[in-house]
Amino acid sequence: MTLEVAVRAAAPIPLDVSFRVEAGELLALVGPSGAGKSTVLRAIAGLWHPDRGRVSVDGETWLDTDTGTDLPTHRRRLGVVFQSYALFPQMTALANVMAAGAGQTRASEVLELVHLGGLERRRPAELSGGQQQRVAVARALARDPAVLLLDEPFSAVDRGTREGLYAEIERLRAHLRMPVVLVTHDMEEARRLADRIVVIDHGQVLRDGPVDDILYDPRALRGMGLREAGATLTARIEDQEADGLTRLRCAGGPLWLPRISGVAGEVVRVRIMAHDVMLANQRPEAISALNVIPGVIESILPGDGPGALVTLAVGDELVVARITQRSVQAMGLVVGQSCYALVKSMAVARHQVGREEAEP
Amino acid sequence: MDWPALWLSLHLAGWTVLLLLPVAVFLGRFLAFHRFAGKGAVEALVILPLVLPPTVLGFYLLVAFGAGSPVGRLWESAFGGPLVFSFEGLVAASVLFNLPFAVQPAQRGFEAVPKDVREAAACCGMSPLTALRRVELPLAWPGVLTGMVLTFAHTLGEFGIVLMVGGAIPGETRTVAISIYDRVQAFDMSGAAQMSAMLLAISLVTIAVTFRLSERAGRRLS
Repeated sequence: MTLEVAVRAAAPIPLDVSFRVEAGELLALVGPSGAGKSTVLRAIAGLWHPDRGRVSVDGETWLDTDTGTDLPTHRRRLGVVFQSYALFPQMTALANVMAAGAGQTRASEVLELVHLGGLERRRPAELSGGQQQRVAVARALARDPAVLLLDEPFSAVDRGTREGLYAEIERLRAHLRMPVVLVTHDMEEARRLADRIVVIDHGQVLRDGPVDDILYDPRALRGMGLREAGATLTARIEDQEADGLTRLRCAGGPLWLPRISGVAGEVVRVRIMAHDVMLANQRPEAISALNVIPGVIESILPGDGPGALVTLAVGDELVVARITQRSVQAMGLVVGQSCYALVKSMAVARHQVGREEAEP
Repeated sequence: MDWPALWLSLHLAGWTVLLLLPVAVFLGRFLAFHRFAGKGAVEALVILPLVLPPTVLGFYLLVAFGAGSPVGRLWESAFGGPLVFSFEGLVAASVLFNLPFAVQPAQRGFEAVPKDVREAAACCGMSPLTALRRVELPLAWPGVLTGMVLTFAHTLGEFGIVLMVGGAIPGETRTVAISIYDRVQAFDMSGAAQMSAMLLAISLVTIAVTFRLSERAGRRLS
């Protein structure tokens, strides 16, 4: 099963986007709001009709403006999780899942799968936001769709609930053999869940590649907004220290972060946001930031405003710092120069630490 | 008590509701979900009977249904009798006159179905008709029902149009509202009072039932 999408339109926004998603692959469509990501998703679902385009799944054509093929939504075998869940309010959780064409046994199974066993008889109004979201996921999966579409499915729940749902999706991945498209404006979400990222801005594909390539690419980051800029370091847990910090070791040396559960030797990935990083020419003494990571400047990308994005190579990995262009000048930073990245321990929140599936 | 008149009125109201139900569902749904050029004009046309004096509408219908009009002639050639001053003519007039009472609440009812819920129905593989039956109607029915109740109650009480199009032929077009008027004209105040009380009771019961049902639906969904 492969999903192939090519969409072109002049309105509501100029759009020219094409990509391909393999079976079992989770692709994140990332971009600022208004970039056209949801519109592309709606075109796949047949809820919106582009001027020109082609959507095919595993050789079956759902849309082809050249031949005039345009399968109505209800004849496209897809599952959609909407931003607002869009559950049928008059039906119980079980009936919602059965409404997607599943028999009672299958519907109960899928509800079990998303950990909603025992809540089958509740109506959406009697469920929490996170539980409603799970019903929506169950409903989308129930008809064994050829494509699964997730339209900002986590934006309506609070952060705590979202963490649980991410874990849920990560766990469900084993059951998802179809192509999955996730629309989000949250880079963290894309990093956690996606295999590949397509960055869309102003209706165009800015970048298309594996998650790690995109996360480290300042050009792609600029499209996503510098606030989301950041890079991921791989680190190994060394010790749980008595004062509530965890000591880890990355390519650039030791890292101290607020307590991360896990045993010594476990490998985690730490996301460090560019706006949490300071740079220094010499190893600084007597400062409060615990983490001093030596690196070599790989690129300096001036922004449109007073800021600049500096990429530091740390071993095989990268750290990105968002500093002012004035500082770049004052410090005389140039590509190839060695310098130090300073990261406050407390700036790295718990949700920015993820697990590796297997040890490298 | 003019039982034949009451029976005729209930008959007329029943037929009007029966004929307007599909119109209300499909026209109301269409107006709620679609935007198109001239939508305002269509909506205005639907509301027109609400603001037009009943005698004016009755006059135009009398002309339109009369033996001299194409509609009247077509009817006569098909059924062998005139459309005006007949029960069938009364039903036709009643259907037109009640359009706003039936369609407007139904339209509001369908408008209350969120767009993404409708889209979710399609994404669950439901055809438009299945989605109407399983998702849209279960959510929009309080509006549809309100429209039908208003239509029913309104038909029972309609006077001007019935008199214009139907005259007051006992057993054919003399409804209870006209019968009440006749009794008052004949100084039979107690007869008029009996029938008025009956109409009042029927109206109160219908409204009470509707309120109860809508309230139950509201509680179930919130």
